[in-house]
Amino acid sequence: MYRYSEFDRAFLAERNAQFRAQVERRIDGFLTEEEFKPLRLMNGLYLQLHAYMLRVAIPYGTLNSAQMRQLALLADTWDKGYGHFTTRQNIQYNWPKLKDIPDMLDALAKVGLHAIQTSGNTIRNVTADHFAGAAADEIADPRPVAELIRQWSTDHPEFQFLPRKFKIAITGSQHDRAVTRAHDIGLRMVQQDGAAGFEVIVGGGLGRTPMIGNVIKDFLPKADLLPYLEAIVAVYNTLGRRDNKYKARIKITVHEHGIENIQRLVEAKYALIRPQFTGIDQQMLAAIKAQLALPDLSANDTQAYDLKYKTDPVFRSWADTNLTAHKRDDHAIVTVSLKAHGATPGDATADQMRLLADLAAQYGHDELRISHEQNVILPHVARADLPALHAALQGAGLATANVGLISDIIACPGMDYCALATARSIPIAQAIANRFNDLKLEHDVGPLKLKISGCINACGHHHVGHIGILGLDRGGVETYQITLGGDGTEAATLGERTGPGFSCEEITPAIERIVQAYLDLRQSRDETFLQAYRRVGLSPFKAALYPEASEKNAA
Amino acid sequence: MPRPFTPKVITANALLEGDVIWFTADDGWTRNMNSAEVLTDEAHATLRLLDAELQQDQVVGAYLADVSMEGGAPAPTHFREEFRLCGPSNYPGHGRAGQEA
Ligand code: HEM
Ligand code: SF4
Repeated sequence: MYRYSEFDRAFLAERNAQFRAQVERRIDGFLTEEEFKPLRLMNGLYLQLHAYMLRVAIPYGTLNSAQMRQLALLADTWDKGYGHFTTRQNIQYNWPKLKDIPDMLDALAKVGLHAIQTSGNTIRNVTADHFAGAAADEIADPRPVAELIRQWSTDHPEFQFLPRKFKIAITGSQHDRAVTRAHDIGLRMVQQDGAAGFEVIVGGGLGRTPMIGNVIKDFLPKADLLPYLEAIVAVYNTLGRRDNKYKARIKITVHEHGIENIQRLVEAKYALIRPQFTGIDQQMLAAIKAQLALPDLSANDTQAYDLKYKTDPVFRSWADTNLTAHKRDDHAIVTVSLKAHGATPGDATADQMRLLADLAAQYGHDELRISHEQNVILPHVARADLPALHAALQGAGLATANVGLISDIIACPGMDYCALATARSIPIAQAIANRFNDLKLEHDVGPLKLKISGCINACGHHHVGHIGILGLDRGGVETYQITLGGDGTEAATLGERTGPGFSCEEITPAIERIVQAYLDLRQSRDETFLQAYRRVGLSPFKAALYPEASEKNAA
Repeated sequence: MPRPFTPKVITANALLEGDVIWFTADDGWTRNMNSAEVLTDEAHATLRLLDAELQQDQVVGAYLADVSMEGGAPAPTHFREEFRLCGPSNYPGHGRAGQEA
């Protein structure tokens, strides 16, 4: 776990004191909303439909148990007893009062957490593979680099007023679990001649103009990362459009100028600034690395696990969906689903947070991760401890065996909370999860990623869902458009629109028809939804979705 | 012909609480939509919005929202205003706006 230095602590204390004074001036009427808004956004404070919302960063998704307990304390003290984990590895509090925000920020600072640069036109919370540091398929843990980027980008004087927000994601594995191709900059660790470096991807993004990023550098040695990032952001800062908010992201800059041009400009800038990086960043990186090292995992007998797996079908089902291979055979990565059927995706109560903190302390070397898929991960659990862990989770409604299945839905807050929404997303997620739970079909269906956004901004990643749902306002009625075939992994693809949208009542049956069509046409149980879709394309699904239209065509 | 002006209320979020409020005829704010001033004249509505916006120290983001007067009291016509009135659908009771109504 990265431990704040004296410098970090002092910086955060000063920043919080500054914001406390700004909040006071706003309350006393000395600042107008126009003046206050950019200041509050710098500190993660939004105003949503029904209340303020505080967005707290969970850098590269990593928490220790003390931090998780503090998140629970905030939920109990200043919110309504729960928090919402988001696709950007943040937690959002939906009900704070303006006057309480400074106290909340001070409480967060006590455990080394903050809300800085979780909004505004800055470099946002750096997101990472949620299995980082534990995954069997990993070249190296990307989090030390993510922490270095966080330190470099936080309060970076040149990058506080970028043309638009800027998001960086990083993975250390072949398998991209961090959706690097849909970020302003994506970093994928790769190896060349035995040395680890990065493939640098630029100009990806979702929102109203979804784009898959382009590779700007095949192999960047690790030591050159910060100057190279600085060069990219500097070029964007100069070229990025400030005249039109919708054309301000780097994806548009890359699109308008062409990747070759951008590459040339970045290389020129890089050559200029590289000498300024004299290696202090690499010394810092080494220190960070030591703090984020793999905990000492003692050898463990897996017999208790094996026996439980053989004899308890409920445990087996959970183990099959919610465990991932760890670097060590006698350990596992546990994904705790925050998607109990019918619950709000990503919400956890304060009690659940405290239990997860306790379990992390007891069985998981004090480590927790938050995934962009809105679940909580215990990255290092000895297999021998899994039966006890599972039992404890069961007691708290946290043992849902659905990770990676259709009810493990990503949903943005939508019009239940978000002021920008054009339709709700949460009730749609609830209805679909409940329906598939009733059908008892999801384990048979297998891996299927369903993602829902409540407007074109695409916070719910719907473009990269195997099934994506976008909520729109069509003539004063909530309408849901479906995309199919999206993929957020290393083979990133944007989904294709199926056709006209569906109403609130029609959308769940429509999803059911898609899934039924898949079951009818898959070649075997081993052919996943995405594979089947890639084989057969849109038309059989379209026929299932719009039976009237295909009848008409046939007539 | 210009579209006839439909009845409206002025709504905003309270500065301190952040919750949904409506503008009243006596330049105050209410958490009960029934007590909101209903505006039926376009020119008057524009002036009242200016009045509401003057209260920077109390509210954020005032705007005009359509209402229907069919039941005798103002009711939202668009689902967004309906949700603002009722609160989030995933936790009934969490919204504060509707509580006094
Ligand atoms: C107050 C609530 C929120 C507001 C106002 C908001 C606003 C926005 C806007 C305006 C965009 C489009 C940016 C662009 O295209 O340039 C966007 C994109 C995005 N947001 Fe949000 N968002 C909110 C909540 C969330 C939540 C809860 C999540 C995580 C679940 C999230 C994650 C994302 C992601 C992943 C994208 C797309 C990636 C991209 O930036 O291209 N946002 N958001
Ligand atoms: S996708 Fe739209 S509705 Fe959903 S959180 Fe983002 S801005 Fe709000």
